[in-house]
Amino acid sequence: MEAIYILWLRQLKRYVRSRSRIIGSLGQPLLFLFALGFGFGPIFQKAGQGNYIQFLAPGIIAMSILFTSIFSGIEIIWDRQFGFLKETLVAPVPRWQIMLGRTFGGATVASIQGLIVLCISFIAGFKPQNLPMLILAFFIIFLIAVLFTALGTAIASLLTDMQGFQLIMNFLIMPLFFLSAALFPLNGIPKFLKVIISLDPLTYGVDGLRGTLTGLNHYNLTLDFAVLIILSVLLTLLGSYLFSKIEI
Amino acid sequence: MKNQFIIEVSDLTKKFNGFTAVDNISFTVEKGEIFAFLGPNGAGKTTTIKMLTTLLNQTTGKISINGFDPRFEQDEVRSSFGIVFQDPSLDDELTANENLEFHGILYKVPKETRNKRTKELLQLVELWDRRDNLVKTFSGGMKRRLEIARGLLHHPRIFFLDEPTLGLDPQTRNHIWHYLENLNRREKITIFFTTHYMEEAERSAQRVAVIDHGKIIAQGSPADLLTKTKTNSLEQAFLSLTGHAIREEEAGSLDQLRMRRRLWRGH
Repeated sequence: MEAIYILWLRQLKRYVRSRSRIIGSLGQPLLFLFALGFGFGPIFQKAGQGNYIQFLAPGIIAMSILFTSIFSGIEIIWDRQFGFLKETLVAPVPRWQIMLGRTFGGATVASIQGLIVLCISFIAGFKPQNLPMLILAFFIIFLIAVLFTALGTAIASLLTDMQGFQLIMNFLIMPLFFLSAALFPLNGIPKFLKVIISLDPLTYGVDGLRGTLTGLNHYNLTLDFAVLIILSVLLTLLGSYLFSKIEI
Repeated sequence: MKNQFIIEVSDLTKKFNGFTAVDNISFTVEKGEIFAFLGPNGAGKTTTIKMLTTLLNQTTGKISINGFDPRFEQDEVRSSFGIVFQDPSLDDELTANENLEFHGILYKVPKETRNKRTKELLQLVELWDRRDNLVKTFSGGMKRRLEIARGLLHHPRIFFLDEPTLGLDPQTRNHIWHYLENLNRREKITIFFTTHYMEEAERSAQRVAVIDHGKIIAQGSPADLLTKTKTNSLEQAFLSLTGHAIREEEAGSLDQLRMRRRLWRGH
């Protein structure tokens, strides 16, 4: 168990020491929150949907968690290229423990990132409905983080270099984000789009955050939690399996 | 005398998609011995080390490390050895001390032993003063020394070194061999290293296996090899055994790339 802890700690130390990375990765959510939030705000209001910042903030929080956690998972490729992965692979520790330590480490980092964006959204005028639900929101944040860090780890276990990175960016991360109902409400959209959106795991993260933070969710919290928990477990198992098969 | 050999390899073969990287090799290494695997690049040295250290499964053949099978008793094998890889494998964003702490915890070294051993080893490789510096500020030679210290932290029985001095200047090379020979004497640790530097094998190894194109073409003490080939240096012995000089392929692009990368990354 100590092995899991030290791998977790390593991820955290690396995060805290890379200040430029922290600030850099806050740029995008900030831009989305302020440009889209205030830009579309008036139209959203006129269409009778209420305050757009109130709608958008949970989506942007989910986005920042998605990006940070998939990148954390994909860091394995860097470790492979810079050699550090070998150090962990020859250690007398079961591979699943190494994978779990990394996943929890990456997920913790992504959760912190999500919390920072949550704090920023307060400045933009976002108001959570009440305190007890805020604690439930923390659980959702952590679940989204675990789910996508595990997904990143699983993908990174299959890749040997950064060549496929652009592919992952354009065909996985971007679609996951844009098709998650993070930016627009689901009422009245074409049916095929609705179906696609219901297949995106991030949808349930966004919806869960919206439900806990504002009470304005489309599905229901039980479904959101169920989907997030089941997928987190499945992807962690898949990631562990693929990680244990790595040969160098 | 079953326990005399700490490494036993018989009829070991590794094929990658039809290409035979290691071709039916057999050898044994005695406890406490310094054993060199000598051969040009692409001869199969690194592939062999990977199989001995559980990073790669063999196609056929048998391996025993400290009495355990790397394929089925991975944890036992992994606890038995320390390793310095051909390319650096430190975390640059951690300090020297943190790299050792990480290693110690992964290998379940109790905290007190870990701290004592860390101090002892960092003093030995002359990095104790730099223990709280981030590894990314280290030179290539310092990184190498730190990796040696790390590989020894958990008191391994066998120490694998894959081209431990590649890309280092002669002075640092001398230094490193000085540490290793000391260690071998002091802790009776078995050292298995690969190299394509003749003089390293000649200077430090008690026994040498010469490998070329995946096959072991001769093994014995450096003196044996010279007698056998009626030559007076391993360089000539190699030429006589293989029909080509060991450094012929040295300008291989991979090696050049590695050296260049080390220069870049290691200042």
